[in-house]
This record gives sequence, C-alpha cells and structure tokens, in this order.
Amino acid sequence: MPEITRDEVAHLADLARIDLSDAELDHLAPQLQVILESVASIQGLAGDDVPATSHPLPMTNVFREDVVTPSLTPEQALSGAPSVEEQRFAVPRILGDEQ
Amino acid sequence: MSDLILKSAAELADSLAAGETTSVELTQVHLDRIAAVDGDVHAFLHIDAEGALSQAAASDARRANGDALHALDGVPIAVKDVLTTIGLPTTCGSKMLEGWVPPYDATVVKKIKDAGLPILGKTNMDEFAMGSSTEHSAYGPTRNPWKLDRIPGGSGGGSAAAVAAYEAPLALGTDTGGSIRQPGAVTGTVGVKPTYGSVSRYGLVALANSLDQVGPVTRTVLDSALLHELIGGHDPLDSTSTTTPVTGLVDAARAGATGDLKGLKVGVIKELAGEGWAPDVMRKFNESVDLLTKLGADVVEVSTPSFEHAMAAYYLILPAECSSNLAKFDAMRYGLRVTPDGSPSAEDVMKASRDAGFGDEVKRRIILGTYALSSGYYDAYYGQAQKIRTLIIEDFKEAFEQVDVLVSPTSPSTAFPLGAKLDDPLAMYMQDLATIPANLAGTPGISIPAGVSDVDGLPVGVQLLAPVLEDARLYRVGAALEGAIGPVLSIDKLEVAR
Repeated sequence: MPEITRDEVAHLADLARIDLSDAELDHLAPQLQVILESVASIQGLAGDDVPATSHPLPMTNVFREDVVTPSLTPEQALSGAPSVEEQRFAVPRILGDEQ
Repeated sequence: MSDLILKSAAELADSLAAGETTSVELTQVHLDRIAAVDGDVHAFLHIDAEGALSQAAASDARRANGDALHALDGVPIAVKDVLTTIGLPTTCGSKMLEGWVPPYDATVVKKIKDAGLPILGKTNMDEFAMGSSTEHSAYGPTRNPWKLDRIPGGSGGGSAAAVAAYEAPLALGTDTGGSIRQPGAVTGTVGVKPTYGSVSRYGLVALANSLDQVGPVTRTVLDSALLHELIGGHDPLDSTSTTTPVTGLVDAARAGATGDLKGLKVGVIKELAGEGWAPDVMRKFNESVDLLTKLGADVVEVSTPSFEHAMAAYYLILPAECSSNLAKFDAMRYGLRVTPDGSPSAEDVMKASRDAGFGDEVKRRIILGTYALSSGYYDAYYGQAQKIRTLIIEDFKEAFEQVDVLVSPTSPSTAFPLGAKLDDPLAMYMQDLATIPANLAGTPGISIPAGVSDVDGLPVGVQLLAPVLEDARLYRVGAALEGAIGPVLSIDKLEVAR
C-alpha cells in the first residue's frame, strides 16, 4: 500500500509553494493517505500495449499569421496587480542573501 | 412576486417578441426575486442590478428600433463566477481572487452580451470548481432551494440553485467532472456538458484543461438547446476549440418534444448501478428507462468495464492538471499578496499568499497532483491514469457501436445535508461516479429531472450520454423524456416558495 507521510506532505507543499502550518499538515496528511490508497488501485492495470491519452480529442498545433491584433493596454494588464511601479509588476526580491 | 419568473427562457423570449413584456421588466422581476430569496439560498456572489438593467434597456431599445435580434435577446442570465467578466468581480469562490475585476470577457460572456442577455450577477461555486456541494466556496455555501439544509451540488451549486429558485431563467456553468450535471440532478434542473472543445474555454479560469467545458443550466431541455447553440462554436482564442459548427440542437429539442423515439437504441450502463447507489434514486431511474421504452426506444444493457476505474484515473489526472494550472496564483501579477514580516523573498511571499488564499480542498488537490507528477511516481500514477483514459474512450466507442445514447442516474443519491461529507473527501468524490467518464472521454452529457425521491421528496436526475459531437441526440432524447416525465420542479415545492 502506498504511503504518504507527514514529512512527504510537507516536502510536496514546499514544492507547490504552499506554507502549510503544523495544524494543516496534521489535518491534510491522513486525508491524502486515504485518497492515495483509493486511487492506487489503478497501478499496473493497463499494460505497455495501451497508449496514454493526454487529451480527449486529437489535437494539432494551431497557427495564425503573425499580425498585430488588439490586446490589453498596460493599464488594463496591470489593473489587478498587488503592486505596480513604472508600468511594471513590482515584486519582492527574487534572489536570496547569498546570491 | 411576479408570475413572469415562472416562465421558461423560451416562453420569455416569445413574450418579448409579442410585445407582452420588456427586458427591463423581466430583469427587474428576477432582481426582485433575488432580493427576496437569495439571503436564504446564497446562489449569488455578486449581483449587478445596475448593469443588468442597463443591458435590458439597451435590448428594449434594439427591439423598438426593429433591429435583428437573437432569440434570447433581453432574457436575463446568471454566470458562474469562474468566467471572466469585464467590470464584474471574478473570484472563483476563492479568497485568492477576492475583489479581482478582470480586464477581459470570457468568449462565452462576450457571446451572451453580444446577443443581448442581461447579466444578473455571478454565481457561487466550490473554490476553483473543486467540489460537489458548493461548501468549499470561501464565501459560504449555497443552499438547495428545495430544502435549505441540503447541498445544491457542486461545483456549480450557485448556478443550479439560482435557476431552481427562479432567481434566473438561465445560467452558465462549467463541468470538469460533473459540476453542471450533478447540481442539475439534485436541484431538479437541466444541465448540459457539451462535447469537449465545442464551447470556448477562453476566459474560463482553468481547473483541468483537458476536462473543463462550459455549458447551459436551465429549467427545460429546449432552453438548454437555445443557450448551448448561442455559446457554442469555434473560437480562435482557444486552441482546443473544435471547428465543427454547433447547430441543430434547438431543432433536435423540438423534434424530441413530439415524443417519438421509435428506432432509437438506448444502452443502460451496467457498471453505474448497484452498491453505492441509493435505492430511491434507482427506482426513479428505472421509471425513466421504462418511459424510454414506452416512447418507442429499444433499451438494452451495455457494459463499460473500465468505468470502474474512472474515478481513480480522474483523481490523478485532475489534481495533476490543477496543480500545474494553479501555479499561476503566485501573488505577483494579480490576486492576493500576503507579505510576511522581515525582508521576505518573492518565494516567501508566494508561499504565505498561497497558504492564506487557498482553502483545504484546493490544497489537497494541489499536493496530490504534485505527488502524482513527481519523478518516481509519474508512471505508476499519472501514466496509468492516462492509459485508463484510453480504455474508457474505447469502452465508449464500443458502446456507441451498439446503441445511440447511454443512460444512467446522474448522481448516486439525492441532495445530502450540508456538512455531511465535508471532512470525508473520498465520500464527496463518489458523487461524481456517473459523470466523470464523459469528461475523461470528451463526450457530451445531459442531466434532466427524473422525478422526486419517494424517500425524501428531493429531485433525482437521469443522465444521457452521446458520442463526441453528437450533442443533438441528447436534446432529442432529453426533450422526449422530459415530456414523458412531466414537470418535476415547481415553485410550490421549494422551501423558498412564493
């Protein structure tokens, strides 16, 4: 039976950039274990002869002519931004102290 | 209360065309109904009385001017809060997008605006469309108008409840694993998931790109056909959009209403019955199957063995896609930004914002999806789920070689009490057993009211499924069955009565 430990949930949350509290980890880890046990039933069901489907209908790349079409103004594009400076998205520092 | 709210959208359109009413009057009576009952139902997250009345006045002016009008011009509509609307908040039921006002319209919203349907407001939903009860909304649950202590289904419980409570004659929903059809079943309304790709997803805040589809929520099959034809069709802004025109649905609904299904072959899905299916739901479902026979259809049992694994495949594919999709909520360009004390980095801000902005169910699915996609587990989980998807598509193909449409109950039970499954995610997921296969295969499906349970008096839904791009079959068979079953929803049966 697959196991998803509390530590593993903490690691996955870190990968997913969610700062889970200890209380949330206690709450979510056992629930995820139950869900995982349920979905694990499909392991090994289909062999190598079965192709994978990523999309329900056949897909092909869609191209168009490289022409300018109407788009959002800078003001519209920035209208929901938490912070704006000089017509740009203002974000916190992206490098750590050591970088 | 005006009796106008009791009419179907098609009847309202006829009244407008005959000059018996105006769009301003229609819009106002629905706004009055919302003001009277939505405190109890909580179907709406935002109500736009001013905007709706101004759109209605413009519709009346067009009509007075003799302009060419769409059949539904002037008939008001409600829109699920997962579709972007210029100037109206779009929260997806999440704190992450509280107060966000999009700078662009979803293509389906643009289409209903261009056709002249006044937008009454935005409807409640499970956060980012994850759930089957609308209890995962960050803004509080919607209540089932039949019985206010019951769930209205989900994720589109707001759209279904608004239509069931006569707060709106039409609504738009989205269906990723049953989010239009299951709410339809438990509220006694009609809900349609169109063929994947046949209705644009541009401006639909994605839950799972390979599963999501926008569709109609109405009280009659004909109304769904009218709305479906309006919103369907190719959209260059959606690269998964099909190029086949979406036509013939209204004609199919009108043909079906004559009640003749001679020559039609119907398959009852063997795997969607038995353990886990409430006996009262099965009794109503069997009555619908008998009615199909009486209407002239040839009913046989068909087997789709891979459906047994549909839920497991879905709860790997969906979390995988959603964990990737929801990565865009990074607190940098829009949405909630929480800044921890000190001198936090962008990554610290992201983590704090995503913890504060997302609810439990969203976190569960993001983490599950991150797990399913991580190296070492990818082949065993996500890879297998994609293969099961192939097997399910093959099961559908084989079934449709034998029959024209498939039929099953829409949902395993009637509306359960609020809170009953909130801390048991797996029990909540079971609500979508019958609806998930169509999303995995891209096939269209409809839920129509089959009657009310002989146990609790709450509505039961029957689901019809057709092959890809054969949506018209759903309308033909759905309208015939609707006529044979007779009216299920009526305002006097609701806890929010007149």
